[in-house]
Amino acid sequence: MSLDKATVASIANLARIKLPEDRVDPMLKDLNTILGFVEQLSEVDTDGVEPLSSVTGHSLPLREDAVTDGGIQDKVTANAPDGFAGFFAVPKVVE
Amino acid sequence: MSDLLHLTLKAARDKLRAKEISSVELTSAYLGRMEATTALNAYITATPEKALAMAEASDAKLARGSGGPMEGLPIGMKDLFCTEGVQTTAGSHILGGFTPTYESTVSAKLWGDGAVMLGKTNMDEFAMGSSNGSSYYGPAVSPWRGSQNSETQLVPGGSSGGSAAAVSAWSALAATGTDTGGSIRQPASFTGIVGMKPTYGRCSRWGIVAFASSLDQAGPMTRNVEDAALMLSSMAGHDPKDSTSANEPLQDLEAALAAGVKGLKIGVPKEYRVGGMPEEIEAIWEKGVAWLKEAGAEVVEISLPHTKYALPTYYIIAPAEASSNLARYDGVRYGLRVDGDSLAEMYANTRAEGFGEEVQRRVMIGTYVLSAGYYDAYYRKAQQVRALIRRDFDRAYEQVDAILTPTAPSDAFAVGANEDDPVKMYLNDVFTVPASLAGLPGISVPAGLSARGLPLGLQVLGRMFDEATVFRVARALEEAAAFSEKPALLDGV
Repeated sequence: MSLDKATVASIANLARIKLPEDRVDPMLKDLNTILGFVEQLSEVDTDGVEPLSSVTGHSLPLREDAVTDGGIQDKVTANAPDGFAGFFAVPKVVE
Repeated sequence: MSDLLHLTLKAARDKLRAKEISSVELTSAYLGRMEATTALNAYITATPEKALAMAEASDAKLARGSGGPMEGLPIGMKDLFCTEGVQTTAGSHILGGFTPTYESTVSAKLWGDGAVMLGKTNMDEFAMGSSNGSSYYGPAVSPWRGSQNSETQLVPGGSSGGSAAAVSAWSALAATGTDTGGSIRQPASFTGIVGMKPTYGRCSRWGIVAFASSLDQAGPMTRNVEDAALMLSSMAGHDPKDSTSANEPLQDLEAALAAGVKGLKIGVPKEYRVGGMPEEIEAIWEKGVAWLKEAGAEVVEISLPHTKYALPTYYIIAPAEASSNLARYDGVRYGLRVDGDSLAEMYANTRAEGFGEEVQRRVMIGTYVLSAGYYDAYYRKAQQVRALIRRDFDRAYEQVDAILTPTAPSDAFAVGANEDDPVKMYLNDVFTVPASLAGLPGISVPAGLSARGLPLGLQVLGRMFDEATVFRVARALEEAAAFSEKPALLDGV
């Protein structure tokens, strides 16, 4: 299965990566090379095989649903490219 | 002064404890070496002032006799570990200006045990690469030069290329690495050092910039096997802040180093004899087999039938997880922001400028294989094959205690090579990726030189949480190989 230009543009949109016109073809070629490479998995019989999502076999631990830290707003926002009064600032969303 | 640079981690630790040397002296020697080797671009950020302050504090502790297991030992920290108050880039433009307000668990454990930070080492962007060529801060360069063309700059491997370059050029006594598909082991092989990837879950991932969360694992990169054991003991341990961190006590690695391999059964997987494998790789592997037999191990052929599917499986799972993890880089909370007319445009502009080509490719592939209609065909399928790869190993470990393979399919290549086709670069990890997918511990030990005069490593894999056996076999290989060659850059040091 190989991708076309429209699909590449749609993936770029889903991934929120601006892809200028002159980058579409090289990206298309690279993605098709990679997809062509992974295609060989289709020859593996995986009928009835449970997908592996945890290699350790440990179950994820539960903890009490309680606040464990907090009061560090200044630390949380310290690296924001733009902020206002202790908040993150983004371009205007609602006119 | 330079005598200090000849000490291993263990030897330096013993001299510090005996007060024959001070940490300030040792650290100063390394800071000088860092200055002398800046052309290797091994460090993205050097932290000399912090290093000296930490060394002074260590000397005070050592004077009181209260030093920790790593007290006063200067190391490099891969720039994927968040370090409080010290810029952390992950080799990416998108984290430009990011200074963490917290410390990763692994780095905190090392500092808690007394280690001294020399700086943050270079790496492939977001740990995606096998050459260090995708770093926004330029490639790290190996101190090794081939015997035939000494002008050509060679890669130190990747993604932990800066750590490998620093340890092999002696601009760090040891360094941390992270390994998702081979990023500790392959650079260790390329630069003639030891690199250990522990069992998944052994070292906490908390505070390590995430690439592929079901695969990422931190580990030590050192000059010898004993140093790796010593450093891993400080890095490993259960951490409630990482829900996949394992609550399994680390074995006594010092005892393991002395145990020898008599009575161990070592497997050699026939499927690793891939077509087109250079003869010298095959030859070093054969040597490894002979060394282990001489040391008293029994070596048997085993089969890992799904080996050839490991790389394609990895190149679905790792990008899928990466596309999800890297969604956080949106120009809002940290790092780079490139403005746009709308919020959506700001996201897209930021990510286009902030991510390099390989990262963009992987985020795109990951987005695609997780998208509606393709999830089952790609992602679920890959997780199923991953289960089969793991089953291959489980069956093999019913017969053998450890597995011996080459670490990488070649010696180091030239800076800039293998960049024309992404899949060509991926093939570097053909021998390391299977164990990553299965979560198993593995180590690369320098075993000899190629015809071009470059290091070649052998890889030892073990059972889940059985680092001790991996270290036993690694130590036996190290003793037999007696690898003592040094890059020409170390002449006269």
